[in-house]
Amino acid sequence: MLILIGVAMLIFIMLRIIPGNAIVTMMGEHANPEAIVRMTAELGLDQPIHVQFWKYITGVFSGDLGTSYSLNRSVSELIATSFPNTFRLAIFAALFAWTLGIVCGIIAAVKKNGILDHLFMGVSLLGVSVPVFMVAMVLQYLLAYKLQLFPISSGSAGLIGYVLPAIALGWNSAGSISRLTRSTLLEVLQEDYIDTARAKGYKQLPVIMRHALRNAVLPVITMMAVQLSSLLSGAVICETIFSINGIGRLAVQAIDGRDIPLLQGTILFSTALVILGNLVADCLYSLLDPRIRKEV
Amino acid sequence: MEKMTLQVNDLCTSFFTDKGEIKAVNHVSFDVPKRSIIGIVGESGCGKSMTARSVMRLLKYPGKIVSGSIAIEDKELTALTEAEMSNVRGEEISMIFQEPMTSLNPVMKVGKQVQEVVLLHRKVTKQEAKKEVIRIFEKVGISEPEKRYECYPHELSGGLRQRVMIAMAMICRPKLLIADEPTTALDVTVEAQILELMKNLRDEIGTSIILISHNLGVVAELCDYVHVMYAGRIVEQAETFELFDNPKHPYTIGLMNAVDSLEKKQGVLDTIPGTVPNLLDLPEGCSFEPRCGKRCEKCVECVPELHEIAPGHLVRCHACGQEV
Repeated sequence: MLILIGVAMLIFIMLRIIPGNAIVTMMGEHANPEAIVRMTAELGLDQPIHVQFWKYITGVFSGDLGTSYSLNRSVSELIATSFPNTFRLAIFAALFAWTLGIVCGIIAAVKKNGILDHLFMGVSLLGVSVPVFMVAMVLQYLLAYKLQLFPISSGSAGLIGYVLPAIALGWNSAGSISRLTRSTLLEVLQEDYIDTARAKGYKQLPVIMRHALRNAVLPVITMMAVQLSSLLSGAVICETIFSINGIGRLAVQAIDGRDIPLLQGTILFSTALVILGNLVADCLYSLLDPRIRKEV
Repeated sequence: MEKMTLQVNDLCTSFFTDKGEIKAVNHVSFDVPKRSIIGIVGESGCGKSMTARSVMRLLKYPGKIVSGSIAIEDKELTALTEAEMSNVRGEEISMIFQEPMTSLNPVMKVGKQVQEVVLLHRKVTKQEAKKEVIRIFEKVGISEPEKRYECYPHELSGGLRQRVMIAMAMICRPKLLIADEPTTALDVTVEAQILELMKNLRDEIGTSIILISHNLGVVAELCDYVHVMYAGRIVEQAETFELFDNPKHPYTIGLMNAVDSLEKKQGVLDTIPGTVPNLLDLPEGCSFEPRCGKRCEKCVECVPELHEIAPGHLVRCHACGQEV
């Protein structure tokens, strides 16, 4: 909670430092100076900054994130309508990234130094290093434009429209998840209890599934949770390219229009998601690892 | 002839590293008679654990059995496929490890970890398996077995964890139990209890045991027959009483003097000068020769053979035995 208030304050101050005046943007270059003064007073921007902040933060706690300057609608409402789109995209991207990443990571670890290992790790290096917009545009060009397998713009295309954006967005995460899974699994496979499991008479695969994976997956889960929250909040580029009306696009619109309340709202919302994601990771962690459960 | 549980013949295990072949186990042969406890002693890195792991076929990469045969009753283990071998593990041969702290899976209840073994090798329901686990927990001296069943490894003491390991190893009544330094990580009182327990289980279930240790006291107390290993080879083997009364190999004598000097509380500890030779670069002759007080020219030239100097007492040394 304290973090949230801190972040809110930080955003508040930063957005007032950056150049650009919302009023001027809204009313046009040649607006009447009197009108500008009137507008400023109406929006409360003539008051001292601490008074503005107090008003804002009390509003936040009662669920009121202010009113968007440019769209003239309540920020909470705007976020509420665009979040489901972002959420769907993030979930698909996460499912894609996790399944692919974990499966490839396991195979790579089991076939250490084999062809598949080198192949997967090479591809995952690409996954980690190629930026989202690159993947997104290549996919869009090849699969949507050239082969016409998928719609180019996803906004109104239903679920099928989310396939490409989800792949583009999950691509990076899949790369890092598979690398992490591989390295933690290899580490766990060196542990004594893996020898014990094999001495019990387990074959290779059950040893990994029953004994190794649950231990190896702990750091992966932390990464997954952090990723999920950043997927939820950071799909800016992907949403813009595939024109999905989500939080990311909303933030871009807000920046374009110098729409401070909207920008504040989206950033604050994303922050809350990241914090929530970490909380969930910690809870999951203690669920899976009895050693932590005991200490809590 | 006496029936043997395990016969190891001319076993060679090597690690193939970038620097060359490390001969961890070098032409080792030994038998484990039914219902007996045999000891393998030697200092760290002499190949005792590798011998045990070879029998289980649980060598870590890049270790490999190069040659030799390992037979449990009449089943040749080196010829089995990996899948067949995994049926032998836990059912016919089981193993307990040195570190009870790290040998149990930290995120699984100990009861479940033992139960797995039963479910893996016997056609029983989960309830029956659980009952069996509780029964064996009682037998290995775990108090409140039903409560302990639900515990995670970090909630148990080292001694209790080793009891769990023993329960896990014994639950399928294997023909052979390999105990790789089972008490090294435990304190002395617990050590005595664990050794006593192993002895009782041998008497009760009739399992043969290979006890690997660097502790001569433990071996003397428990074993019927002792093999002393040095640099991958067995250098002396005899019945326990014979070996302790009448050690022949200079290395065995050195080991015993070290223990004796501790017991007599004399000022200076008797040690064997020098260190274990590099297994990558073994001397051409006897591997103990550089540290040996009785060395002769022959020792530098060729590796001595194991020869019998008394019934059942074999020594690998040029300097001893010929006169007997």
